[in-house]
Amino acid sequence: MNAFSMDTSRIATVTRTELKQLIGAKDFWIPMVFLGGLFFLFIPTVLLLSITSVGDIGAVQQISQALEVLPQTAQDAIKGDSEAGKASYALAVYLFAPIAVVVPLTISTAVGAATIVGERERGTGEFLAHSPADVKEIYIGKLIASLLPGYATTIVGFGLYSLIVNTIVGPEVGGWFFPTREWWVLMLWVVPPFLALTLSIVLRLSARVKSTAAAQQASGLVSLPLIMVAYSQSTGALFGAGRATVYIGAIAWFMAGIGLWRGMKAVNRSRLLGVADGI
Amino acid sequence: MRSVSRSFGDVRALDSFDLVVPRQSITVLLGPNGAGKTTAVRMITGALDPHSGSVAVFGLDPAVEGEDVRRRCGVVSAKPALYDRLSGWDNLSYAAELYGLGRHAHDRIRAAAARFGIEHALDQQVGGYSTGMKTRLALSRSVLHEPELLLFDEPTSGLDPESSHAVLELIKEMRRDGSTVVMCTHLLLEAEGLAEQVVVLDRGTDLISGTPSELTSRYWPGVVVKLDAEDRASLDRLDGHPGVLTYQRDGIATVQLDDVAQLPDLVAELVAAGVRLTRVEPHQPTLEDLYFAVRAEHREDAA
Repeated sequence: MNAFSMDTSRIATVTRTELKQLIGAKDFWIPMVFLGGLFFLFIPTVLLLSITSVGDIGAVQQISQALEVLPQTAQDAIKGDSEAGKASYALAVYLFAPIAVVVPLTISTAVGAATIVGERERGTGEFLAHSPADVKEIYIGKLIASLLPGYATTIVGFGLYSLIVNTIVGPEVGGWFFPTREWWVLMLWVVPPFLALTLSIVLRLSARVKSTAAAQQASGLVSLPLIMVAYSQSTGALFGAGRATVYIGAIAWFMAGIGLWRGMKAVNRSRLLGVADGI
Repeated sequence: MRSVSRSFGDVRALDSFDLVVPRQSITVLLGPNGAGKTTAVRMITGALDPHSGSVAVFGLDPAVEGEDVRRRCGVVSAKPALYDRLSGWDNLSYAAELYGLGRHAHDRIRAAAARFGIEHALDQQVGGYSTGMKTRLALSRSVLHEPELLLFDEPTSGLDPESSHAVLELIKEMRRDGSTVVMCTHLLLEAEGLAEQVVVLDRGTDLISGTPSELTSRYWPGVVVKLDAEDRASLDRLDGHPGVLTYQRDGIATVQLDDVAQLPDLVAELVAAGVRLTRVEPHQPTLEDLYFAVRAEHREDAA
């Protein structure tokens, strides 16, 4: 069986079962919902309200100074008649870019790190190793199951974030303005491949290490540079890098493809059983 | 499996291992922990590839046509390998979908669970199951897709005697229904009365194989009789006595006679000689006797 002749129903089965277990793990998803709520709802609401409603002059001045370091195209795109309006617009559109990267990568990495080594630790890898499912199907199913919680949290959080910024900042800049075109590109074109690339590496690690704790530690070290790269690229995307953003996304998709291909080759039944040399 | 070898690092798990499993029989792989029993099972389904030698299951090479082989095998591993956070139903459903049972899945799950008496607990989370319930669920999962070959690796591990007995009865029942069963165990008692073919393993090598009666007659061609007396040393007169093939005294005496018809004369002779016998018991050698005899012989050969 090659990578292009996989049984999609089995992939869906693996994904569905992984997600079912995740839903049952309240000790996992409650902190993750809290993380999303903190980054997408709480922090933006507090900061934006402090500028628009409370009128924190000091904060407005600091943000206004910070705006001067933005590229000219980004500065030109800032809307608002007042200093507070411009500051809140800049905060909403530019400065919260990391949340779109940090939240999905953190959640998905946490899920992905445990996924294969967890099968070994529970002994369920034995069941999968003896099943007719191809290891590539298991790998892809688990990768999708790791990707979905992070990306779904981000999409939901993004929707709520849009409501918040439009409600709080909208009146200051002449109506609803969010999401901007750059945010759409970021969410749909830039974030997903970085997420897939990170997960392809995290799952390979998960297949190779001896314990979930080791997997999470190693995943943290590997995903940190990727988070930084994704952060800088997404910031650039929001700062109006224009067509370059499309190219960056394309390169990220290409690298994600290579990562997935290599990841599929790295996972085998010996690793599910935990008897591969080196485990 | 022909001359199969497999190492893990410096450890040789299987070493020129041979195994032929007759259809519709129960083959018991008997050996101590680390003998290579689990590795052999993993080779059969293609979960592991051999480093040398060849494996053929249903005429297929599991390393090449693993999916076809695994579809026709049902496995219960030493640990039940169940998902504790899922319900019993979800565990079975997961297997049903991976084995592609499609629209039959619902009925098969119900039937398999009922067969092993676990249907009442299907809605419960498996994490709350007892060890016996988990084994029953694992057994149910192994037969969902109606496999031709069942591979049970220490299926009674961790079970109380009553549950162990129930599991062994279920295995016999599956055999009666036409399945071929390979069972690994280091518990000699549970293999007794179950095995139609025995393979004794040690350090990855098959020491001996055959039906229990073949093997016991190979090691004990005569009739085995255990004797005891008030003065045990007085039994030593049987050593070298005509008709006594072997004599061994380790506490009580164990003799092999070439014919059971000699026993009354032998007893009469001992009594006449003033030996006060306290026990005369014809003994059918057990798998335990066989196992230790085989291992002792191979230890002597190795020395």
